[in-house]
Parts: sequence; structure tokens; C-alpha cells
Amino acid sequence: MELATIGAGLAAIGAGLGIGLIGSKAVEGIARQPEATGDIRGIVILTAALIEGAALICMVLSFFV
Amino acid sequence: MNILRPYCFLLIFSAFALAVHAQDGHTHQEGSEHHNHDHAAPAQESPDHAQPEHSTAIHGTDAAGHADAAGAHEGCGHTDDPNAPFNAGELALHHISDANAIHIVGDWYFHLPVILYAPGHGWKWASTRSFKTHHHGNGTVAQDGYVLVHGNVMRVQDPAFPKGEVPVSEPSHETTTVNGKEKITYYVKANDICYKLDPKTTLDGGLMGGGITSFYDFSITRNVFTMLLVCGLLFWMFRAVAKAYTTRDGQAPRGLQNAMETFVTFIRDEVAIPNIGHGYERFMPYLLSVFFFILGLNLFGQLPIFPGSANVTGNISITMVLAVITFLITNLSGNKHYWEHTLWMPGVPALLKILILTPVEVLGLFLKPFTLMLRLFANITAGHIVIVSFVSLIFIFGKAGESLGGTAVGLAASIPLTLFIMAIELLVAFLQAYIFTMLSAVYFGMATEEAHH
Repeated sequence: MELATIGAGLAAIGAGLGIGLIGSKAVEGIARQPEATGDIRGIVILTAALIEGAALICMVLSFFV
Repeated sequence: MNILRPYCFLLIFSAFALAVHAQDGHTHQEGSEHHNHDHAAPAQESPDHAQPEHSTAIHGTDAAGHADAAGAHEGCGHTDDPNAPFNAGELALHHISDANAIHIVGDWYFHLPVILYAPGHGWKWASTRSFKTHHHGNGTVAQDGYVLVHGNVMRVQDPAFPKGEVPVSEPSHETTTVNGKEKITYYVKANDICYKLDPKTTLDGGLMGGGITSFYDFSITRNVFTMLLVCGLLFWMFRAVAKAYTTRDGQAPRGLQNAMETFVTFIRDEVAIPNIGHGYERFMPYLLSVFFFILGLNLFGQLPIFPGSANVTGNISITMVLAVITFLITNLSGNKHYWEHTLWMPGVPALLKILILTPVEVLGLFLKPFTLMLRLFANITAGHIVIVSFVSLIFIFGKAGESLGGTAVGLAASIPLTLFIMAIELLVAFLQAYIFTMLSAVYFGMATEEAHH
């Protein structure tokens, strides 16, 4: 029952929710306007990496502090 | 040719697994190694004498105080059990840490220069070769009080330790709990006297168990060597590209020049101009340097063998320096409009500004580079830990070489997972370099933005 591990798990939930939301909106956008696929793809990868950054910061801090 | 492809896959993967396993020096076949469990240390006088003078200077005063009182019963710790089960977590932490000598395979180390300074005892320049390492990077001799423990240099606290070359035993360790955190103290025995060892000084304020100790380590470590290597490589590459622009002026770009031109125009057209706008040329050198530096280091960290396999960008000191440089450039090139909007924004009641908005903005001023640092560090470190864990699956399933069927199952489970994660890590390497550069460009843009009221 390490609190650090529970904290890391919560961070993973946050990341999963955030990126899931991006993914769903991206797919909706592409469905509405297939020509914008290229632009949307770039924005999705960028935003996913930023959200992963926040989640990983929390994960690393929970294990090393 | 298609027949060779799975063979090549297996070959590359075996090299990878071999390199990871080589980090874990002891195997079950080495039963001839002798156990020495020194729970009843014969001489406790030396540690006791060493404690009082240094106890105030050393960060872990609680540990020193407790050791003082319980000095008679402290003992010399215990050595690594060569038949201990395979510990994947320890292997992962060993992979992401810095070391004074680069471990290649087994007992083969690529030795690096060691530059040490102890206040009151002067400088010491040596090579890790002089420590005559054997198993696990433990030196068999001490040089002027310095010992090599698991590839890292440590120093004997006791000033009465003889100078010059002194043969020492295998280091032993003991885990104590200080302020609720585990602290491992290392000991070494010379001439049957037990000496306590000091790790190098780290300026983390005790956050990760560090603090000011009796010596400073300025050596060329694994990370420094890899950084120098990447800098040399980048310099060589871009010098060739720059020369190509003068010798092949007006012609279509070719080869390396072509590839680098793609990246450079990408940074200029997609990162610098949209975010900085007018006057972007000033910042282009820094943006390009930081992009290729981080990209090169990330990619070198992904290679499983020497000269790769060094977790440089996953070291928080290095990402901190990059973030500090971005912070300095942002604030030194901030114009009046920037400082006005940060500290005393127009059109807001003064009370609100003093109480809430300005403190929040100042906090944001420091927090933005701070997140830059942590984002890169966390992404790369987490990736390395995951890869080492997946490769360790082989050894966990096969009980570190005992069971062949288990090893086969481990391979079947580990190979697809590891390949998948390494593909993602390749993407992450590029992406994190791009994100660091893009966010730096965004901050520069915000600092040099003209008023548009």
C-alpha cells in the first residue's frame, strides 16, 4: 500500500483521460472535415506530448520525492 | 534476403539483452565467490573517531548522531549476496544513474578521467583504471582515500586513512532510515579496519538523499563523456553541411546537407517565425542548438550499447541547465511591454494586482522553465525505466538463467513489448526535442512581443 504507487496510478488516470479526450475530438474533427487530417494529426501529437509531460512529472515526483 | 531479416532482428535483440544483463554483474554460476557477512565488526574505534569532527559538516547529521550513539553496535554493514535474486528495479536505477566509468560487458570498463577535490586535501587527478576494478565496478585498491563503489567514486571519511595506494575489501553497505527515507551507507575494510564512505557532494539540498560531503566530484563521468561525444558529432556534421553551402552554392542540396536542411527549415518556418515573428534571427542559433543537442542526446540514450546507453537527458541537472539558459534568454530579451504585462498589467485594479495577479505572474515566470526541465527529464527517464523493465522480463521469467523454458516464455513476452516501447521512445525522442524548442520559442516570442493596443 505504498502511497507513492497510488499517486503514480492517479497520474496515469489523468493522462489517459486527457489524451482520450483529445483523441475523441480529433476523430470528430476529421470526420467533419477529412481534408484537415494533416493539421489535426500534428496538433494531436503535440497536445498528447504536453499532457504526457504533466502526468510524467507527477509520476516521477511521486517516486523520487 | 527476406530470410535474413528475422535473423537480424534476433541478433540485434540478443545484443541488447546481453548488454542489459551485463549490467548485473553476478550470475548464479559464480558460486565460488566467498560470502562475508560482517555483522560483528571487530574494530569500531575508527568510525567513532571519524564521526565527531565531521558530523556537523555532513548533511545527514541524524544518521551520524545515531551512529555515534550506537557506534559500538553499528558494525560494518553487509556485502552484496552473489546469490541474491535478480532485482529489476535496482538494474533500472543503475541504468539511469551516472557513473565514473562506462560499463561495457562483464568486468570490462571504459575508463574515464577522475577529477576530485576535497577541501583541505587539495585536488586529485587520476583515472578510474587506477582503482583496479573487478566485480560490479568495485575497486580493489583505494587511492589517497578514494574508492570506487559500483562504478562511482566515494571517499573515506576518516582522516587517519593511509595515503597512496591501499588494498581494500569489497564494499559493504547498510540501509538505515533517516527522516522516513531509506539511506544506504557504504563501508570498506582495509587492514581489517572498517571505514565509512562518503558519496560525492550533490546540491539537491537533501531532496534525494544528497548534500555537502567531504569531497567534490568534477570528473568526466559517463554523462559528460556522452555530451562531449554528441557535441563533437554535431559540430562535425554541421561543419560539413555549412561547407557544402559554399562549395555547392546554387546547386540542389545533396546527402547530409539535404537532411539537415529539412530540419533547419522546419525549425525556422514552423517554430521560430510563427512564435517569435519579427526579429526571430536572433534566437535561431539557440533554438537550433538546443533542438539538435536534445535530439542527439535522446537518440544516444536509446542505443543499448557503448557509446550509447547513457541516460543524459534523463538527468535532471542537464535539463535544469537547459531550462535555466532558456529562462535567462527570455528575461534578458524582455522588452518594456513584457515586463509591464508581467508585473504591473494595465487595466486592472491595483489591489487585485498586488494580491493575486503579480504574485501569480512571477510564479509563472519561474514555473514555465521549471516545467520545461521536468517534462524532458520525466519523459526520458520513464522511457528508460520501462525499456529496462521489459528486457528484465526475460530474466525474471527465466529466473536469471536457471530455467530455459522460462527464458523462452520471457523472450516471447518481452520482445514484442520492448520493440513497441522502443518505437514509441524514438517518437518521444524527436517529440520532446521539438516541444522543448517550440516552448522556448513561445517564451521568446512573448518576451519580445510589441504592444498592439
